Amino acid sequence: MTESVLINLSTAILFLPLLGFIVTLLIGKKVKSVFLFEVFILTVVLIASVVLAFGKLSYFADDKITAEFEWFRLTDTFAIKLGFLIDNITVLMLFVVALISGLVHYFSIAYMKGDERYNRYFAYLGLFTFSMNGIVLTHSIIMMYMFWELVGLSSYLLIGFWFEKKSAADAGKKAFLVNRIGDTGMLIGILILYITYHTFSFDQIFASISAGVLPFNSDFWLSVTGILLFMGAIGKSAQFPLHVWLPDAMEGPTPVSALIHAATMVAAGVYLTIRIFGLLTADAMMFIAIIGMLSAFIPATIALTQNDIKKVLAYSTVSQLGYMVMALGVGAYKFAFFHLVTHAFFKACLFLGSGSVIHSMHHEQDIRNMGGLRKKMPLTYITFLISSLAVSGIPLTSGFLSKDGILAGTFAFGSLTGYWIFAVAGLLVALLTAFYMFRLVVITFHGEPRDHHKFEHAKESPFVMAMPLAVLAVLSIFIFYTPNPVSAEQGWFLTKWINSPELHTPNSTRFDFMQSAEMIAQTSVSEHSTVLYSEQYSEAMHSAHYPAMFLSLFAAVLGIFLAFAFYQWKKVNVDKLVSNVKPLYNFSFNKWFFDEFYQKTFVTGLFGFSRFMSWFDAKIVDGIVNGSATVTHAFSTFMGGFDKYVVDGLVNFMAYLSGFFGLIFRRVQTGKVQTYIVLVVFSIIIFFFFF
Amino acid sequence: MEVGLNHFLVVSTLLFSMGIYAIVTRKNAILVLMGIELILNSANINFIAFSRYGNFGLQGHLIALFVIVLAAAEAAIALAIVLNIYKTLSTVNIDEIDNLKD
Repeated sequence: MTESVLINLSTAILFLPLLGFIVTLLIGKKVKSVFLFEVFILTVVLIASVVLAFGKLSYFADDKITAEFEWFRLTDTFAIKLGFLIDNITVLMLFVVALISGLVHYFSIAYMKGDERYNRYFAYLGLFTFSMNGIVLTHSIIMMYMFWELVGLSSYLLIGFWFEKKSAADAGKKAFLVNRIGDTGMLIGILILYITYHTFSFDQIFASISAGVLPFNSDFWLSVTGILLFMGAIGKSAQFPLHVWLPDAMEGPTPVSALIHAATMVAAGVYLTIRIFGLLTADAMMFIAIIGMLSAFIPATIALTQNDIKKVLAYSTVSQLGYMVMALGVGAYKFAFFHLVTHAFFKACLFLGSGSVIHSMHHEQDIRNMGGLRKKMPLTYITFLISSLAVSGIPLTSGFLSKDGILAGTFAFGSLTGYWIFAVAGLLVALLTAFYMFRLVVITFHGEPRDHHKFEHAKESPFVMAMPLAVLAVLSIFIFYTPNPVSAEQGWFLTKWINSPELHTPNSTRFDFMQSAEMIAQTSVSEHSTVLYSEQYSEAMHSAHYPAMFLSLFAAVLGIFLAFAFYQWKKVNVDKLVSNVKPLYNFSFNKWFFDEFYQKTFVTGLFGFSRFMSWFDAKIVDGIVNGSATVTHAFSTFMGGFDKYVVDGLVNFMAYLSGFFGLIFRRVQTGKVQTYIVLVVFSIIIFFFFF
Repeated sequence: MEVGLNHFLVVSTLLFSMGIYAIVTRKNAILVLMGIELILNSANINFIAFSRYGNFGLQGHLIALFVIVLAAAEAAIALAIVLNIYKTLSTVNIDEIDNLKD
């Protein structure tokens, strides 16, 4: 296996879904079974990504393979190059995308059966997979931005897939518009990078930063650039304060929620942050950590009270993405990516499980109408339970490992910098997560059925739907990542597959603990170096591992216990508790009033601004035009008057004067010859008299 | 007292003045024409007188003869005009003949 084989495989993985999209879209209306072609292509892509991952991790584990070609050239200095950057993270991410996309394709065969735009749905899935693979494979920030917008488009198309429903069309629009806000920041960041480094390639940018070239020659602007790029992640990964679009995006078909809004696209923001990790300064990381903490905590509290099965999972997704972002912010880079992978599997499993439930309940999404489904849908129940355990962080699951690692990272960060708030928030979120997940499990699958009619008709899903659930649930078990069920640190995933990040930022802008020992020893020799983490951070993480593990386990078990106590054994009267803390309950139930707040401030403000601009246009701009017209008119009138009265007046005056003199002298012209003669004679006399 | 140039000039001046007076005051066109004749003759007297007392040879006489011929022609034409005026306007009163004014 050589590098060129890997590059060719990557090219095939990237473009095959595009082929599927085009073919399915073009002949989808004529050929009813063309969706099978798309499914087949995804199967091929899945196999190819497995081969790619295997080849890369076995033969080129420490290599970074890049390939690029010039796309077009505008001037001597401005050329846009497209290319691949294939490292371990790329191939793992590619595998995750291909696997979940493939499973979602299989799942959708049954789930979407009977939909009138069946083939178009598969075409959109193909477009999405193409765009997502593009994001994962790219070697340059500009190409990432292009595919970034493409996933935004396919997300929009799939959220609004049932556009006959107004709520779905609105949700698509909302997702698209909210994402624009983040993308604008990202674009500005990209442009700052370009005007500084004249390249879009990650490697070249990092190399320049290591060489001491900074945007506008200041550390501050490097932080700003990092934060601006991260704004793209805030939008795409639905981080606070732009998280509002993700719960609404649940209007799309459930498999789409599993693929796009749980496992892959929303993780693209985290993936972007991982890619640009090398240029993040301490300030930017602090910002990222705070955003991640808020995004982890706020949706977790909202998820406690939601009654729509998909909304709970959506808020859980935002919360878990917040976890990953927070992990990046505190420097737990490896665990952030680890959590991305494990979360992709178990959250996709949860969403597909909820899709299975919704399918069998005939599109019932309100958990208050469910209950007792355990007996009717045993496989869905078991897979859902395994994934719920994973997301809650119970040992033997993958979620436990990654979550524990992230908490250890926050503990280490706390001990090194004194900011313990991230650790506290992480533990709190772990408790809340366990509680709301098992609230969901208990209400949905345990107890007595509440809607007997629908319960009678509920049945286990067919094989194509059950198989993806089983695969994903199995992947939520620890053994795929590490042989040790309580610690992932020695597992192959973290030691062999994910390398430590390289930091390229100037030493002065890093956290103290991130300055390498080598650096500290010879600061005068090399101002910038690309050496990795200090021993300090690794050691702190290592020593925080067990406390973090026990605390998180305690939090998870407590959460699960409370959920059972509340909803299974009915030890606590939930309704009474709710009425006791009515304001808090309402606050959470109404999602902290974010939508209302945005409606009142930004939307109303925007409308107000638009109205002001409209008024400005009508009154001021048009006023200027009309005013100038009026001035011109007045001036013309004046000129007309001048012409009429002054110029013409002068002419008329001359005429009048002539007339006047004519009138006077006409009296002389009597016509009487004798008078003339008298005049002549007198004139001559006078003439002689004078001369 | 010997008759000199001045006597002729006085006579001609008197004649001229009477001519002017006739032209200006007479209402009848014929009389006006007669005034013109008086003026012409006063001019003739001057010509002759200057010819006699000046050193001009026969030039004065010739011009006087010329003027007499001219006066005859003028009288003929003028009388013809007066006749035509009388035919059209039934009057020879100069005060009433002011059509040129319009």
